[in-house]
Amino acid sequence: MSEALTSEPLRGPLEIGFDYTRSLGPVLSRFMTGLAAGRILGARAADGTVHAPPFEYDPVTFAPPEEFVEVGPAGTVISWSWMPAPLAGQPLDRPFAWALIRLDGADTALLHAVDAAPAAPAGPATPAAMRTGMRVQPRWAAERVGSIRDIVCFQPSSEPEGGPASVSMAPSTRSSGLDGANDTVGEAVEETVGVTVTGMVAPVHLVYEHTASPGESAFLRGLAQGRLLGQRCPVCGMVYVPARGTCPVDGGPMAEQVELPDTGTVTTFCIVNVPYPGQRVTPPYVAAAVLLDGADISFQHLVLGCDASQVRMGMRVKAVWKPREQWGTTAENISHFAPTGEPDAAYETYARHL
Amino acid sequence: MTGPATARGPSTARDVAVVAFAASPCERRGDGTTGGVEMLVPIFAEVYAQTGLTKGDIGFWCSGSSDYLAGRAFSFVQAVDAIGAVPPIMESHVEMDGAWALYEAWVKILTGEADIALAYGFGKSSGAELRRVLALQLDPYLHAPLWPDSVSIAALQARLGIESGRWTEKDMAEVASRALGAAQSNPQAQISGKITATELLEAPYVADPLRAHDCAPVGDGAAVVIIASGDRARDLCERPAWITGFEHRIDSAALGARDLLAVPSAAAAARAADVARAAGVARAAGTVDVAELHAPFSHQEILLREALGLGDGVAVNPSGGALCANPMFAAGLSRIGYAARAVMTGRAGRALGHATSGAVLQQNLTCVMETRS
Repeated sequence: MSEALTSEPLRGPLEIGFDYTRSLGPVLSRFMTGLAAGRILGARAADGTVHAPPFEYDPVTFAPPEEFVEVGPAGTVISWSWMPAPLAGQPLDRPFAWALIRLDGADTALLHAVDAAPAAPAGPATPAAMRTGMRVQPRWAAERVGSIRDIVCFQPSSEPEGGPASVSMAPSTRSSGLDGANDTVGEAVEETVGVTVTGMVAPVHLVYEHTASPGESAFLRGLAQGRLLGQRCPVCGMVYVPARGTCPVDGGPMAEQVELPDTGTVTTFCIVNVPYPGQRVTPPYVAAAVLLDGADISFQHLVLGCDASQVRMGMRVKAVWKPREQWGTTAENISHFAPTGEPDAAYETYARHL
Repeated sequence: MTGPATARGPSTARDVAVVAFAASPCERRGDGTTGGVEMLVPIFAEVYAQTGLTKGDIGFWCSGSSDYLAGRAFSFVQAVDAIGAVPPIMESHVEMDGAWALYEAWVKILTGEADIALAYGFGKSSGAELRRVLALQLDPYLHAPLWPDSVSIAALQARLGIESGRWTEKDMAEVASRALGAAQSNPQAQISGKITATELLEAPYVADPLRAHDCAPVGDGAAVVIIASGDRARDLCERPAWITGFEHRIDSAALGARDLLAVPSAAAAARAADVARAAGVARAAGTVDVAELHAPFSHQEILLREALGLGDGVAVNPSGGALCANPMFAAGLSRIGYAARAVMTGRAGRALGHATSGAVLQQNLTCVMETRS
């Protein structure tokens, strides 16, 4: 095996992000609308237990809520853990506690952050500020949109010690459209806010270190030298470029490195007419499958240098490299492929690779 | 295809046994890609060598992995390169631990559509900050927008147990100490060592009340298990590990509504697995010689021992368990593999493999295997 295949793989950053938009459904819509109003709604089950946050369907009986009730806003910490170095996206960027908080009037707990020592002088908060049983209250965001993050975090309660303030909701017989649930509270909240929150946006951003396979790494290092390196399967003899880790036919590792010329044949192609964000070439242009001379599998690249309508199956093409000073371990070293002007390759020479 | 043999339940349909198992070494930051190919090729070769099988003998393939670990869509398709899927194969995938892929493969054999099946799981856990990525397995409305990481959530569960008197930080350190000691004889383990609970307790908290030894290390790895029906199993393996019960159950995703000190889904899966077993086997329910438990946090081993009804006579995690190697999406399948190996090598008459998925033991799978004369 060549040295290029045994050296450290190439690694590089990979950042991906997507803003998920989610529909809330009737129960969470009520809950989120409540948060936008600065109020926390729970749901009462048939057995009388109050879930806050509310359940959509009872996890035991699968029944929908019987009634919405307002809970909290203060509550009691029933368990906590300490986050000394907050991760991206978490509610606070300084040391804080995660906590399960049983809001007053509820039987279940809400997961959120607790800013353990918001009024502390200089220096980070420590877990000494936390204890199970401590009373906490929400710190509301200045601008609320109907999201669990409308509560910035919880913080130690300013109320005197000695148990929760009594929260009692007069039972109501009024019923509304939520699967027959008594929704007097929800309707009242909705009137306060003036709008029903029916959706949410959940941004997800993740940062990876991507690792290229040994074959891909050799291919990319070759590109940085202006060379096209493929690999031959020791079993079936097929030559793959860009190199893959393993022969997809035989499931075994590749053994032999093969250098290929930068000339090849267009096996098939399409004309891109549709503009899209981030597009680098103005339509119409051609994306083609190019079979390098000596390779057994084609790869996709641009064919420029002629009118899109002139590109055809069998057309002979050659790589057009960017200026050498711009080369790196990237497939972008090749700007595109351009026609060589040679006679077209006979169909039989590439029919097996379509 | 012969179709299901009976409507009376899987235990009467076909006998199925584990006949081979292999796991890759678990590495903190391996050189392989997120597609798993580099980790899978050597262990496929290993199970072929154990059985004399070649890829063409495998009637059904099923994998477990996650695009969230890979950071790209359909990452499991790349793994198929490790098989060499020409001519075409019958193949499936679960976005779960490979233990659930094995479950699907087992069902495939029960239905008569295959006689030999191979399940594999792989995970490059080091590709991103794992504890943060795992926030995305939580409820996407109420939990995930806060990015609660897996270690912090496990710490909430640990404190509940400590403050209710169910266990102490020392009990947790003793679980870790035993695991590290056991892993010294497991070359696939990521970490191992001879260290006492007292010494472990001198370390600082990473997420009060959890210390580093309470949390599974982050590592890259893969595992593979081959199962086969009746006579094929006897041909392939001198002492097959016959599956007598294979079940999985799940609890609510609402972290604050679940009793985090109970694992009803694990208990239910264990009961169901024994019920399935009872149809044809005489030994008392619950008596296993070896149990491999998928407990990514030390206190969870204590919880699982209770939920699964394991007595003091059961050797728990002789492999070192997930506290010494927890490659995501392969560690659960490895538990079944190590338990099966105990049966196949004659070290156990009956063994239990357990796998978990989701946050704080939300979903649980049990696989009971035994030897037959």
